[in-house]
Amino acid sequence: MASFKPTKIPIYPKLGEKVTQDTVYWKNYKAPVQIKEFGAVTNIHFSPVAPHNYAVTAFTRIHIYGPFSQEPVKSFTRFKDTAYCGRYRSDGQLLVAGCEDSVVRLFDVSGKVALRMFKGHTKAVHVTDFTSERYHIFTGSDDYTCRLWDIPNATELNTYQEHTDYIRCGVTSKLNRDLFITGSYDHTLKLFDARVDKSVITMDHGQPVESVLLYPSEGLVVSAGGRYVKVWDLLKGGQPLVSLKNHHKTVTSLCLSSNGQRLLSASLDRHVKVYNTTNFRVVHNFDYAASVLSLALAPDDESIIVGMTNGVLSIKHRKSPEESKEVSHQQRRRPSYRVFVKGKNYMPKQDDYLVSKPVREYLTKYDKHLKKFNISKALDSALQGPSKRKPEVTVAVIKELDRRGTLKNALAGRDEKALSELLHFITKNMVDFRFAPVLVPAANMILDIYRSVIGQSPVVDRQLLYLQDLLQKEINYQQELLDVLGMLDTLFASSVPRKELLCSSSSRTNGLAQGETASTARPELQAT
Amino acid sequence: MVEHGDIRVVHRGGIARYCRFLCERGIFCCCRFLLCGSGYEVKVFSTSTEECIHDLRAHTDLVTGVLLRPSNHLQAYSCSTDGTVRLWDYTDVCNRLMFAMMCVFAEFQLVAVHLPQSGDQLVEAREFSAVLSDVSSNPAATSFGRGGEYIASAKGLQLEVYFFKKQKPYRFFLKEDNKKGGKNTFTCLACHPKDDCIATGHEDGKIRLWRNFNHKKEYTYTTLHWHHSAVSSLCFTPEGTNLLSGGIESVLVQWRYNQESQRDFLPRLGAAITHIAVSPDGALFCTSHSDNKITIIRSSIQVSAVIQGLVKGDSVRTDLMVDPRSKALVLNGKPGHLQFYSLQRDKLLYNLDIVQQEYIHQSGLEQFEVVKAAFDAYGNWLATVEERKQKPTELELNLKLWAFDEQTQSFMLNTTISAPHEARITAMCFCHSTDSQTTVLVSVSKDGHFKAWQLAPATHTEGPSWSCDFVGAYHSLVPECCCFSADGSLLAVSFQEVVTVWSPASWELLTTLSQPPGAIRNLCFGQLTCSKYLLGTTDKNLLCCWNLLTCSLEWSTSMDVSLLLSDPFSENMAAFCCQAGCTDLFVFKPSEPRPLFSHKAVCLGKVTRAVFAPREKMLESCEETSQWLNHSQLYFVTQYMVNTQHNELVISDSVAMTPFSVLLGKRSQQEGQEAASSLLAERTQLPQGSAAVRELLQTPAHVLPSTSFLCSMFVESLLISKQIKRKEKKAAQYTTTSLWLNNTLCPKLSRQKPSLYCPTPILHD
Repeated sequence: MASFKPTKIPIYPKLGEKVTQDTVYWKNYKAPVQIKEFGAVTNIHFSPVAPHNYAVTAFTRIHIYGPFSQEPVKSFTRFKDTAYCGRYRSDGQLLVAGCEDSVVRLFDVSGKVALRMFKGHTKAVHVTDFTSERYHIFTGSDDYTCRLWDIPNATELNTYQEHTDYIRCGVTSKLNRDLFITGSYDHTLKLFDARVDKSVITMDHGQPVESVLLYPSEGLVVSAGGRYVKVWDLLKGGQPLVSLKNHHKTVTSLCLSSNGQRLLSASLDRHVKVYNTTNFRVVHNFDYAASVLSLALAPDDESIIVGMTNGVLSIKHRKSPEESKEVSHQQRRRPSYRVFVKGKNYMPKQDDYLVSKPVREYLTKYDKHLKKFNISKALDSALQGPSKRKPEVTVAVIKELDRRGTLKNALAGRDEKALSELLHFITKNMVDFRFAPVLVPAANMILDIYRSVIGQSPVVDRQLLYLQDLLQKEINYQQELLDVLGMLDTLFASSVPRKELLCSSSSRTNGLAQGETASTARPELQAT
Repeated sequence: MVEHGDIRVVHRGGIARYCRFLCERGIFCCCRFLLCGSGYEVKVFSTSTEECIHDLRAHTDLVTGVLLRPSNHLQAYSCSTDGTVRLWDYTDVCNRLMFAMMCVFAEFQLVAVHLPQSGDQLVEAREFSAVLSDVSSNPAATSFGRGGEYIASAKGLQLEVYFFKKQKPYRFFLKEDNKKGGKNTFTCLACHPKDDCIATGHEDGKIRLWRNFNHKKEYTYTTLHWHHSAVSSLCFTPEGTNLLSGGIESVLVQWRYNQESQRDFLPRLGAAITHIAVSPDGALFCTSHSDNKITIIRSSIQVSAVIQGLVKGDSVRTDLMVDPRSKALVLNGKPGHLQFYSLQRDKLLYNLDIVQQEYIHQSGLEQFEVVKAAFDAYGNWLATVEERKQKPTELELNLKLWAFDEQTQSFMLNTTISAPHEARITAMCFCHSTDSQTTVLVSVSKDGHFKAWQLAPATHTEGPSWSCDFVGAYHSLVPECCCFSADGSLLAVSFQEVVTVWSPASWELLTTLSQPPGAIRNLCFGQLTCSKYLLGTTDKNLLCCWNLLTCSLEWSTSMDVSLLLSDPFSENMAAFCCQAGCTDLFVFKPSEPRPLFSHKAVCLGKVTRAVFAPREKMLESCEETSQWLNHSQLYFVTQYMVNTQHNELVISDSVAMTPFSVLLGKRSQQEGQEAASSLLAERTQLPQGSAAVRELLQTPAHVLPSTSFLCSMFVESLLISKQIKRKEKKAAQYTTTSLWLNNTLCPKLSRQKPSLYCPTPILHD
């Protein structure tokens, strides 16, 4: 007659973020390579020319790494004190770096000793950069000044004394030889023009500015300071365009993806966030182990390099196309070609009588047991074996046993090992709101059944105590959630304008708000 | 009383009308035929084609048993609660020989009757001799032993064996409970055909094989145990090599006689087995099931044929619906299924598995049940709600949406929404507009909300699926019913006494209508030209009609409407009013409060569900009272409680008969008794003969009798005799009311039982 219907495993909606193009793109990196530096990594800069080495400024040295090396290709160690802001010139031949001892040094990337030393600042120099015509250097210092230097003569061209606090960031224009922007702890960004003696545009960020970034078109400038990332329109005289507040600690570094479509910001809160530059929404998020100080993307987004306060340099390389495909290939092992085509390529002749083979139905192990009403064995095989990694399978079997009214029999009569296995599963999954409606009655049944033997096995007792602890925590957590919900309801109720005709609009917002805050008992969709 | 015209109620239910043959024994006549009692008649089925070949009808009450005549296997006895035993010649055209009048189980006393040999058609038997007194009312608990030497009967905890030679009964008693607490009550019994052995089935699932029972003290029994609940039927094969048993588990178990450890099983037969029969040569078994089904099984334990009528579920929880594509009637069928029943062909099309879970045949187990279902306008989408209630707090609800798949011509599961509401869903409807791009489903629940579900477009990873679009509530009142207007521009949701009207485009509350006191029970928009009207019934005996253009009450009348529904193919609305145990039917147009048609006492009991089904061909009746049936037929279900202990499913159909049945029905009247024929004359408003010819041609050839036989009958039917005309006049004096009662209550007069849609011709000689 009708065949056995296997246990239906519900498909639960995936928790967490939705899979978008962005997550696919930004997840497609290998496991990070971690390199320990001597101190906090304050700056990372890629060479503009191939093979795109990058300079990592950490403590008193600057290391140059090749694109795939894990050892430094070269090191610059001739600093008396902490080095800052090692940056390449646009031809990749020269490197400039500031230092705590107020001296700016210029290196040839193939040499070791500084080619030029620029002395004139009175305090630590945190910002250095080459201008776009390649013969000048711009520096910013803790003595509130920023200066322009001529490389061939090693002389100071100009000094700007407009900031009233430390200058900690700055960038030169790639298109115009005379323009550069500085950001200072006096909360302002200033655009300077080398042809005049003072700043052209001043923008008030509101917080000490930690990082500043120019768009490739140079129409927009992005600044980071405090918890804010702000975008300014230079063509409109420095009008603020957007203010983003997605980090909960100071944002330290900014970076654009190679096509300019995505903006990345790194923060002391250990996150790197990726924004879409058209609508400035966060599209992806990376987590790191320590506060992030510096961030750089290789050309074509080939790798993401992040320097952290604990001196660890984390390098993520993009997966090659073969590697990203390999994952799906590994899962499907096919029989060899010969087995596969055996007998399949025979064309039946006209008079042949075709005997069709009955399609054999394959049942999983627990279904075979369920078919034979071996309920304890069904539960055992759902707890062990390949379904061990999938709690939804085990939960579905427990639910099926409950529907058949035989869950109590299946749970009873277990020895110490089997019981502790069962308890392990329950403690692991009980607080998951998807499984709680099934597992809570099951846990109650277990307590009822084994109440008389509590205290005989230390293993089981320990697990039961853990279960009790877990439940207490969960209850507290739910209590807090309800508190928050109550507060939010009050807020919503006071914010909704009083419209007497309908109560539907308020109930609607209410419903949505509940759905967002307490994701515990909301109806969920599952697509099949 | 209005003129009756040709509107009458016809009961339908497929092969087993009233779902009655479940309690009857099906027997095999040979390998080719299967006889079974079904309602007031005995049906003969072909075992190979599953078609019904003959209806043997003469009994005027329920047929309780059918038995082959041992001396002549081409004849069979049938007994009925009308007090007659009839002998049938079933292979031929039913030469019926009304045999004897006797009470077999009067007050459940077993009597022996000597059948007088005589050539008369009607014989009264006067020689009774009581054999056993106080026997079980269940015919399965009584059986003849080897060669008719003894008879065994069981009741309660007592087994009684009566030897005809010794004229002496032996009684054996069991204790009420055995040590493990099993109940020892006897449920059924079978005697071995070749050996002195009696097999008895018990309440706790045990089977006992009794031997040596012609001694008072030295009897022995062995116990077999496989069934987990009561054994409902036992049967030995003719040679006695195997014993078949079945019960609620719906597993047929075959035990080897004398090697009882060897068993064969045929599991998952679909519903509880109520009776088992074996053909005389032992090649076929048949099991009848509690869901109105007979399964024919080969002796190799393989199913060879299934004879299925309208599936009888526990109750009809879903509304009656008509599938817009197949025009099939859709309602609850097997547990967890929806059945699609073709009204045109009077045949079950298929069962759609909604719950998709293994059904555990065990009494007292809470299972998922389909409680609501709805189709969209084109039949592209089907929404179902299933629920399982273990404890009041743990209500499990699933809302499933099924898309019609053109390739497989069936519904495929698209979206499952678990826990769509926090409490029971009381109503659900699709937006029936024909031009809108998006389909909207509204579900109304006891948790105080109604939700609108919308088809979300396909994403790049998965196809289109349904999601919640809007949650609405009104002053934390509990909504009861919902209804979309014909063009889909308005949604009416009733919240106790208040009807709220919403716009589905913007989900704005447009207006509220209310007519206190009394909560709204039914809500219905007018159709076609009357679409500006909204009708509602309250539980305080009020039928209200609101005009939505003026937002005011157009008219209201005081009547206790239990069910209100609108015909989607015309402007008409039907209201069923329950009064004093009978239900009256009113048909009216919303534009005027005057009924077009009314019918007192359509049926007994309350009408719970009803539906308008479209006709295949429009009728062109110009009579005012029957015009409303031109486009559609009205089907309804009642909680019908006559003659039976449990509620039964009765599908009634107010419709004129087909020409074919008229043709043949008239014949039976011509040769029938006076009382019956006078009633039958009602039918003789004869449609054209050409229609009858068409009907004849559409009937499958293999169920038709030979052409030569039909020819004379057909020609005769075209003649209009004077006698009929006279009878017609006579019939006109009968009021319609009495006709209804006659049809439903008085079994004697309802000889022309209405299997009028059954493709088999009713042939009497």
